[in-house]
Amino acid sequence: MIASVLDWLTSSATWAGDTGLGARIVQHLWYSLLAVAIAAVIAVPLGLWIGHTGRAKSLVSVANSLRAVPTLGLLFAVALYLGPKIEGNLAFLVPSIVVLVILVIPPILSGVYAGVEAVDPASRDAARGMGMRGMEIVRQVEIPNALPLMLSGLRSAFLQVIATATVAAYVGLGGLGRYLQDGIATNDYVSAAGGAIVVSVLALIVDGVLAVVQRLVVSPGLTGRSGGTRSSRRGMSGTGEAVAPESESLLAGQPDRPSQPAARSAAH
Amino acid sequence: MTWVSDHWNEIFTLARSHVWLSGLPLILGLVIALPLGWAARRWSRIYPVLISTSGLLYTIPSLALFIIMPIILGTQVLDPVNVVVAMTIYTVALLVRTVADGLGSVPDHVLQAARAMGYGGLRRFVGVELPLAVPVIAAGLRVAAVSNVSIVSVASLVGISQLGNLMTDGYARLIYSEIIAGLVACVVLALVFDGLILLAQRLLTPWLPAQGGRA
Amino acid sequence: MKRMTSVLALTTAAILGLSACGGGSDPLASPSSSSTGGASAGGGDVVIGSADFPESELLAEIYAGALKAKGINATTKPRIGARELYLKALEDGSIQAVPEYTGALGFFYDKNFKETDPEKVYTAVEGLLPDKFAMLDKSSAEDNDSIVVTKETADSKKLTSIGDLKSVAGDMTLGAPPEFQKRPQGIPGLKATYGVTFKSFRPLTGQALVQALKNGQVDAANIFTTDPSIAENGFVSLEDTEKLFGSQNIVPLVVKDKADQFAAALNPVSKALTTEVISGLLKQTVIDKKDAKDVAAEFLKSQNLG
Repeated sequence: MIASVLDWLTSSATWAGDTGLGARIVQHLWYSLLAVAIAAVIAVPLGLWIGHTGRAKSLVSVANSLRAVPTLGLLFAVALYLGPKIEGNLAFLVPSIVVLVILVIPPILSGVYAGVEAVDPASRDAARGMGMRGMEIVRQVEIPNALPLMLSGLRSAFLQVIATATVAAYVGLGGLGRYLQDGIATNDYVSAAGGAIVVSVLALIVDGVLAVVQRLVVSPGLTGRSGGTRSSRRGMSGTGEAVAPESESLLAGQPDRPSQPAARSAAH
Repeated sequence: MTWVSDHWNEIFTLARSHVWLSGLPLILGLVIALPLGWAARRWSRIYPVLISTSGLLYTIPSLALFIIMPIILGTQVLDPVNVVVAMTIYTVALLVRTVADGLGSVPDHVLQAARAMGYGGLRRFVGVELPLAVPVIAAGLRVAAVSNVSIVSVASLVGISQLGNLMTDGYARLIYSEIIAGLVACVVLALVFDGLILLAQRLLTPWLPAQGGRA
Repeated sequence: MKRMTSVLALTTAAILGLSACGGGSDPLASPSSSSTGGASAGGGDVVIGSADFPESELLAEIYAGALKAKGINATTKPRIGARELYLKALEDGSIQAVPEYTGALGFFYDKNFKETDPEKVYTAVEGLLPDKFAMLDKSSAEDNDSIVVTKETADSKKLTSIGDLKSVAGDMTLGAPPEFQKRPQGIPGLKATYGVTFKSFRPLTGQALVQALKNGQVDAANIFTTDPSIAENGFVSLEDTEKLFGSQNIVPLVVKDKADQFAAALNPVSKALTTEVISGLLKQTVIDKKDAKDVAAEFLKSQNLG
């Protein structure tokens, strides 16, 4: 079994063509990237606003409750509902992306929100004392300080979306999920296992790349690497969404342990 | 929504299976993760190994794990044990780190005080460290619970019945209310699990104030 | 510590209790589904499996109902998946019978299966089946694969048979369940037998495939001939002049040691089923959204088999 999976992974026939492994990986990354990008456009400003103003915190809870919704079922519902309303091939792409966006909004939103909320009030006061206002504080103080948790939320989002984008195959889309679904349908366990391995490896590679990015962009003053004052107050390396063990319920600040691909919804 | 009122029995039967398939792995996973987490805390060298292994396990797509199980375990293809074992693996993967970090959150001076009082080894672990780590472990368990309830629905694709069947059947026959019923039932189940774990946590940590109105 | 154990026990009890109320057996021990209790001692319980499409589910309910009428405690295990999976379940003893199609079994066990005549197909398949399996009497009812297009496509491209696709398929997208891509009578068969090659393939199943055809996201679709949505949407089923899809008579596939026991109950069922009857019943589950179990029970009653 293992030998045949390896053969499959290394065979050039596996990789070639429009429906080959290479093309499937590109599709898979495309769906993942698209979903995270759209989710980030929604969740980052929202998280900044909630964290900055302290208003509408319940939105974070609402978003977190989305995690309990099984992805596969949601996809079926959205695909049947939107499918007939959309022309052409977008009818297959849009439902999957919508569902993946819903999946990754919670980790991004709670990362951003928790990051901003955790900013030392003294830093904020100091900025105000220096004459900064609203947007300036957000840009120059809150975002840089919140960056570690924001990026961890993003890493979490990527891990989840890469593992979960396999569901797109159920509503007629490509990506690595094809190997899983087609493999089961045709009793081809070798390619199903091969596809699964590629998903895992892809997730790890992307996570590794983001970990490097995280090291590069986060201010050394925050990580303590420069010998600065505040040594990793929030435990940097890969610690993502805020750990809030005392949170009141599922619907309040989700206590995810990041980098560990947090509460992933179904069908990953 | 007449579909729902006509099918209470079916929904209930499927929900029962769903509780088993997602709940049992939660308990098994915790039982396995406790010693592993303890070991990771005790010997710092195995900590990174355990953490990265569990991270890796979690990236395996559930569908793939479900199909591979009968081959590894030698079970029948429709045996629910396949799903229970797969879900237990995910649960352990989520909990090992939580347990290790939870134990790590116990303040040093508490441990020293315990030692001074003659607590050592297993007794200190069970009597002091574990109870103090309960809040962190419970938090991880709640994440695992929600995640399990959601992932188990995928088992419908390999012939194991639970609430996911409502979604696949609704999709095959174009019955929206059936799909929605499956979704709502899963969310309700996740909330029930969450509430139970929270309740257990309260009972286990009577020294902590009941947290209400926390921001 | 005591407290810890008792709370753990309590939680366990709560979960077990939650799952146990409502009665019934341990769902982990038995394939739970439509068992309505009434444990009958002796003879043992049997499980009828089904594939993951509505007709198979309906047939499984009909078989189970007919067996129950003969005093055999039968439950169903619906929606197991594709043939590859449910045949494995039949082999490892998870299920004891499953509704099947003669030609499909032939293609499954012999990639070069050539027979197309219903009788010859049946005899040939008997020779191909693994030792553990047996077919009961086949029904005259047939549910074949077909290539279906919308009325507009058929008119504008002047299509009546699959062969007509040869010159136009290069611009068309075919929608079908994923297994159609590799099965010998699927895409490879279309090419070998008719010289038809589609521009692209879109893997879809069930009503999603019907919708995609209706909305023009696929131009042709592999849909079963008994599917009520063909008539419902005025689709045109292209004639299989070369008999690529062979004969697909409905037949109960059972484990051999139960064959004699099941025959008395299921052979009369196969006799009562015709293509029209099964289409009519299927319309009730797919279009009218009735439960397969109810439709099955009604049918059996009307035939004095339930």
